[in-house]
Amino acid sequence: MKQSIEELVQKLIEGDKFATARLISLAENDPKVAQKIISLIFPYTGKAHVIGVTGPPGSGKSTLVYRLAKEWRKRGKTVGIVAVDPTSPFTGGALLGDRIRMQELTCDGGCFIRSMATRGTLGGLARATKDAVRILDAAGKDIVIVETVGAGQSEVSIVKLAHTILVVLCPGLGDEIQILKAGIMEIGDIFVVNKADRENADETAMQIEDMLNMASTIRFDETGWIPPVVKTSAIHDMGISELIDRIEEHWRFLNEVNRNVYFRKRVEQDVIEALRSKIEQMALNHIMKNGEYDELIKRVANKEVDPYTAADIILNSILHREEENE
Amino acid sequence: MSSTERKIKVLIAKPGLDGHDRGAKVVARALRDAGMEVIYTGLRQTPEQIVETAIQEDVDVVGLSILSGAHMTLLPRVVQLLREKGMNDVLVIAGGIIPTDDVPKLKEAGIAEVFGPGTPLKTIIKFIKKNVKKKR
Repeated sequence: MKQSIEELVQKLIEGDKFATARLISLAENDPKVAQKIISLIFPYTGKAHVIGVTGPPGSGKSTLVYRLAKEWRKRGKTVGIVAVDPTSPFTGGALLGDRIRMQELTCDGGCFIRSMATRGTLGGLARATKDAVRILDAAGKDIVIVETVGAGQSEVSIVKLAHTILVVLCPGLGDEIQILKAGIMEIGDIFVVNKADRENADETAMQIEDMLNMASTIRFDETGWIPPVVKTSAIHDMGISELIDRIEEHWRFLNEVNRNVYFRKRVEQDVIEALRSKIEQMALNHIMKNGEYDELIKRVANKEVDPYTAADIILNSILHREEENE
Repeated sequence: MSSTERKIKVLIAKPGLDGHDRGAKVVARALRDAGMEVIYTGLRQTPEQIVETAIQEDVDVVGLSILSGAHMTLLPRVVQLLREKGMNDVLVIAGGIIPTDDVPKLKEAGIAEVFGPGTPLKTIIKFIKKNVKKKR
């Protein structure tokens, strides 16, 4: 029983879980199909509050996501979860295990969980993660939580996708210098010290607060939001309610205090990102058709031309063709 | 390109109450190394949970590992629920401690193949690759 994308989208906006699951697969398997899906569902998106959960491997992200989803369900919200795990660069396979910590949510009709492999995309997310988020949004989920791969210092793609970013840390992960480093420490809207039942949790929280006090030029200052530090113990269900209060506070802040600046910027980012990938695709299509490409690569390999000059030659060739077409 | 490749998605689940998941983990890892995307859900799953996960993850294959002796109840129940939900194109296979006498009955109930102890991992991988293509 093969259904058309139009039929699937119709079912999706009625909240059908089979259509939700199939559309995510289709978007995952082919970027062109993804574009078609997004163009059809776009009018139905933009209602969900998208939460990004990132942090190092083993900090307790999956368990925290599970507790957050459960608490939101208690508060009457529907929840979608996209949990991203890495694809092996050697075999192309992936072992997706985030659901192990979320078992109790599986049969809750107000909750939809999807695992996703990165399939070679760097930055902590998969290419289709954003599409999956939009699909869950269009399906009517109030909250969409994205769990990134275990992230170190540079996996910051989540910034472009989530409204509220939780950076999850735990005691004993590293000394003060780790906290001072760039990357994920700069993207948090809320910092979570998970496993706070352990020793030194207060110290870790204090170090993060110090870091935040020192930082005067980083992202959150643009909006005026000061990231709070919240202690939780996801496994013991401690601090979750307070964390959700902070998350909802951030959402109100974005909507009330800074709505115009913030949401305009995000839309702009979306358009620029789409443009970038289209231009890249167009340029690649052009040079692959054009026999000069192989020749040019050989010249770079032979050190006759440097890569920047090669890129200029390709660009000129594309622009030249565009002029001819006009 | 790797990002547009169609991957085989497999759910490896352990229905019922036995606590031995070594075999399931070995199989999950072997399938990953064969280039598949494997969702592993851990111990003590009800048939309802397994089927719900299969739906949300839109998997091509469900692999059930069972050592408790309850296979004649739990395995047909998973297939029955999948069919009830319209997931007719999912390949269902099983492994674990299953007496050979029970295998024909399980196949009749819709389990495509049963892999007992000592099955080479390659055999399972080959079986999936060969039979999943017929689906969807």
